[in-house]
Amino acid sequence: MRTLTKLDGDSSRARRELHDRVEGSGPLARHTVDSQSQRQAGSASFHESAEKHVTGKAAYVDDVKTPADALHVALGLSPVAHGVLTSLGLDAVRQAAGVIDVITFHDVPGHTDIGPVFPGDPIFVDQEISYAGQCLFAVAATSLEAARRAVKLANVEINEQHASLDPVAATQREEFVRPTHIQERGDWQQTLRQADNVLENELFIGGQEHFYLEGQACVVLPTEDEGVIVHTSNQHPSETQKLVAEVLGIPFHAVTVEVRRMGGGFGGKETQASPWACIAAIIARRTGKAIRLRLPRSDDMRATGKRHPFHNRYQLAIDRQGIIQGGEITVIGDCGYSPDLSDAIVDRAMFHADNAYSLGNARVTGHRAKTHTASNTAFRGFGGPQGMMIIEAAMDDIARRVGEDPLTIRKRNFYREGHDVTHYGQQVDQIKLLHTLVETLESSSEYWTRRRAITTFNEASPIIKKGLALTPVKFGISFTAQHLNQAGALLHVYTDGSIMINHGGTEMGQGLHTKICQVVARELGLDLDSVRISATRTDKVPNTSPTAASSGADLNGMAARDAASKLRERLFDFAAAHFEDGLDREGMRLEDGMLIAGRGESERRIPWGELVQTAYLNRISLSEKGFYATPLIYYNRASGQGRPFYYYAFGAAVSEVSVDTLSGEYQVDRVDILHDVGDSLNPAIDMGQVEGGFIQGMGWLTSEELKWNDKGILISDGPATYKIPTFGDLPPIFNVSLLEGHPNSMASLYRSKAVGEPPFMLCISVWSALRDALSSLTDYATSPHLDTPATPERVMLAANAIREKAL
Amino acid sequence: MATIEFLLNGTPKQCDVSPDTSILTLLREHLGVTGTKEGCASGDCGACTVAISNPSDAQPHFESANACITPAHQLQRQHLVTIEGLASGAQLHPAQQAMIDAHGSQCGFCTPGIVMSLFTLHTEQQKCPTPLTPERLEASLGGNLCRCTGYRPIRDAALNMLQTPWESPQWLDAALPDTASPANAHEIAPNEAFFAQPTTLTALTKARRCYPNARLVAGATDLWLENTQRLAVLDQLIDVSHVDELHHIEEDSLHGQSGWWVGAGVTYTQLEPLLNSHFPAFAHLLHRLGSQQVRNRGTLGGNIANASPIGDTPPVLLALNAWLELANHDGTRQVPLDTFFTDYKRTLLAADEVISRIFIPKMDSTASLRVWKLSKRREDDISAVLGAFCYRLEEGVLHDVRIAFGGMAATPKRALKTEAALEGQPLTKASFQSAQQVLSDEFQPMDDVRGSQHYRHQAALNLLERLYLTLSAPNQEVMLHAYAH
Repeated sequence: MRTLTKLDGDSSRARRELHDRVEGSGPLARHTVDSQSQRQAGSASFHESAEKHVTGKAAYVDDVKTPADALHVALGLSPVAHGVLTSLGLDAVRQAAGVIDVITFHDVPGHTDIGPVFPGDPIFVDQEISYAGQCLFAVAATSLEAARRAVKLANVEINEQHASLDPVAATQREEFVRPTHIQERGDWQQTLRQADNVLENELFIGGQEHFYLEGQACVVLPTEDEGVIVHTSNQHPSETQKLVAEVLGIPFHAVTVEVRRMGGGFGGKETQASPWACIAAIIARRTGKAIRLRLPRSDDMRATGKRHPFHNRYQLAIDRQGIIQGGEITVIGDCGYSPDLSDAIVDRAMFHADNAYSLGNARVTGHRAKTHTASNTAFRGFGGPQGMMIIEAAMDDIARRVGEDPLTIRKRNFYREGHDVTHYGQQVDQIKLLHTLVETLESSSEYWTRRRAITTFNEASPIIKKGLALTPVKFGISFTAQHLNQAGALLHVYTDGSIMINHGGTEMGQGLHTKICQVVARELGLDLDSVRISATRTDKVPNTSPTAASSGADLNGMAARDAASKLRERLFDFAAAHFEDGLDREGMRLEDGMLIAGRGESERRIPWGELVQTAYLNRISLSEKGFYATPLIYYNRASGQGRPFYYYAFGAAVSEVSVDTLSGEYQVDRVDILHDVGDSLNPAIDMGQVEGGFIQGMGWLTSEELKWNDKGILISDGPATYKIPTFGDLPPIFNVSLLEGHPNSMASLYRSKAVGEPPFMLCISVWSALRDALSSLTDYATSPHLDTPATPERVMLAANAIREKAL
Repeated sequence: MATIEFLLNGTPKQCDVSPDTSILTLLREHLGVTGTKEGCASGDCGACTVAISNPSDAQPHFESANACITPAHQLQRQHLVTIEGLASGAQLHPAQQAMIDAHGSQCGFCTPGIVMSLFTLHTEQQKCPTPLTPERLEASLGGNLCRCTGYRPIRDAALNMLQTPWESPQWLDAALPDTASPANAHEIAPNEAFFAQPTTLTALTKARRCYPNARLVAGATDLWLENTQRLAVLDQLIDVSHVDELHHIEEDSLHGQSGWWVGAGVTYTQLEPLLNSHFPAFAHLLHRLGSQQVRNRGTLGGNIANASPIGDTPPVLLALNAWLELANHDGTRQVPLDTFFTDYKRTLLAADEVISRIFIPKMDSTASLRVWKLSKRREDDISAVLGAFCYRLEEGVLHDVRIAFGGMAATPKRALKTEAALEGQPLTKASFQSAQQVLSDEFQPMDDVRGSQHYRHQAALNLLERLYLTLSAPNQEVMLHAYAH
């Protein structure tokens, strides 16, 4: 089931879709399969860099060659979490071998606050220290080793203060980085008062280190005027351009930021790649030298923020069938010391506190707690996963309370006819798709047969317990900050017919550049080989949004398509007027590297190269820019109501686990996934996102444990102590399919759906299956408490607690 | 600085590098060869995986290594193969082609390391095909982290690549020009930096006596982290990996007990056949010790001399009643392992001594060994708790009980009181319950990043319960397949 229906390349249809786009949601047009487009959008093309990846030729930032006199930068990070910097003795650092420059807060020529959305992130500590790992100073030396050794010579005096590390306590004290936000629908208090049954529970959901294999890195070159060129591993080049310019006190056009590719991003390079570029830029301007800055892994892990840990709780009214009538959910995001993107992240947790279920009359409250840790930031799902966890916990809890299978309870609570409006007022489109998807998976995974087998197994097995769970995903697609839902592209056709497309999105491994090239190839009827992307550069496409929110292909693909279709129409106009015997403008199309006009006997074919050459000689522009802005979306923050998402992406997963209840060890035996990507832009790449997202999520909920000591120092600061999934964690049976025959109901790019984040949350099925296995220790009468990550330690202690209770 | 000469993808190279230069630094910074990536500089992610062979071997045998924690000086007269070497023009190595075909790369940063691990697997399989069991694949690839793909396409690539043989390029047989004497053979001034590579035990113990401040290095899989993570200067190093006597495994006896003398420089990979044949539970543990890259370099002697409370082999060796032979320039002495660890990271080893051999007694045919390691992740993780249980069960009574734990004290430690509580006791729930009570008071484990004190304490008790269940209900599953052996 890994192939998907191909898309059609009919340009008049494409034009109609473009028209629909302007109108908002066009009527659903299921096009016929067109063999012409198989090499283009819709086909399983290889990653554009695949061959370079496997031969080591793909260059990452630290592979960029620089002049021999380039300087290397190392950072002096705060060893304490909270306090006041009373003295920063750097004489020994300055005198150390190889050191060329040392800078602190006082050496910043322009802005010193580099907060991305809201202020609050000083580039260097001035006086107040807010987390262990915060940047105190930077050293530039002739080698990285010399710079790192010099850093250790600093004489730092800090008046250490008590570190606030508990977000729940911070919430009680109302220590927030941003104000609390509430979404409310219906009289939830009345519903709770009149309920048959009220359930409540709480859950701690751990954070997650991005662990991009390529750490934060940049290379900054001074230009001949007052500016810099920045090579950076970065999801948001435009923001880095802005911040570098502001820090240097120069206009934006003096700064060019280039991103060829990242060795993984996952959200960790959305805002938190900028500080290093800013620091390197200051030193580049001071010394006139090329500057290399990359963070050693432990510095990277201590200095940068992570996925937000959350403390969530619910109080829900249910009827006798276990159907939610209404209630209250509170989520507390542990934001760390500054706002960063936390406002939108906690919002997204709130937007997903319902997951796929109607909450009825409900209030959802989101707090943004301030603690003395690194400023937590974007990470695949952006708060959504943490929000979903609480309602999935509730589903299991309800099932145990009413004595039904958790899947039955989940299905009863799905958004359904008459119950199709979320707590923030958006009507859930494609409800039927959700139901179909889950029923299909239920059957293909043989959920009920396996459920019976597992129950039998568990009855006879006192130590090893098996667990099974199906959990759905409904994930809202669009930036919740409306203005970010825009994208640009720049398309050049050269006179040999080859094409350069640039767009605002960045390549972090997700195959975005491949998809964009496929879009252009499809629009212009060319082979994929004819289309190339050089790099993402702020001087090619300006004022771009971050490559985030799963929106890379949706937004930039549309912009690229806009540019390509405009250029195509211009070439059609030209061809119709130029070629002698009068070509039929109406039926003109680009296919197989040809402009084709007319049909049957009157068909005329002009090779693409000839068309381009002729157009050039006739002074027709062969360059075009494209633009896209997502229609229809809005959100009223004051009322907490709106339609923040253009559409939803759906999916579901069934996980089966075996748990050793004596040691807490467990294994994931089998996983079945069915995921909705609309009409896939590239099934191979989409499969990669689904599988990779699932395993990454599984790591988040199982083995990846962030630990700080009681002074707020991160003690899991490298892969020796922070364990992401490895090869053997891949489930032996891993059946992953993309849902076929359900194009996006909105006029998205060829009716595809975003795929970056949604599959991440399929992993919740693993956690729910672990709880299911533990619940068997009580004959499914109770719902065990299991905070995350559910390490063997947590699982063993949970099992022990159940056993002790039974004694 | 000292000169090393080696082959890089068939081309002879000579480089002057300081003793604490890693292969990764040599490649990326000295030679400007950047296909090999740094992911962690601690040997935990595999992004820097390279393959090393000895050109003097009749048939090239490639072993994977983490370039970030392997000393460049250990390349002396070796053949280093990196990602740049695999393709011949447009002709990709089957591992490379299989990775492309399976969509096995996303961001691509871990890919060179994964391809190199696949390369060593491919060459091994081509030489001596063995069934590619899930365990075998895990052993080959467990040390390569990928954050993007979720590993499924990499598994597919590993399985598919073997259908295509590799026509090895000519450069694979390249030889180094002969040199009259090994490098570094000159006399060393007291304050001079050096990377000594003695080839005999006599030369090693002499160097140890002459340079008491020098550090011993074998596989460097832990030592090198002092440099990459804590920036320690490692400027005087004595490499034990070329000492012939340290590489032998001999069947012999000690105090009338037959067993094997294992040279301290024997790597985990070299130890594997012996353990497979005679200590399957120990062999199984080995599969969960580090990664293939680490097992190829790390040595049994290093794991003991390191004296970490969470080293994997010491508790097993304690339970097996292993002995050590310690050597200095005057001779050798033999000590039981259970007297060797004196305190946290402290041992009986004198400043001029080295561990030369480890004696592992043969197990009585009626004796059993169980080794259970608990960690957050099954592969390539360090123990939170490791329990090793050796015993004989005769007519329902336990004899010769030896139990040792890692992660429960400042050193790997025997549970002497618990052993005594079980010795001569019948196999009953009551025996084990009272032993659990003894064990409960015997250790005060630590609270750290790998586990809380409470967890470690409870886990040790539960492992004892697992032992009881294993013995009393042998037909019942009390362990998961992935962890059992």
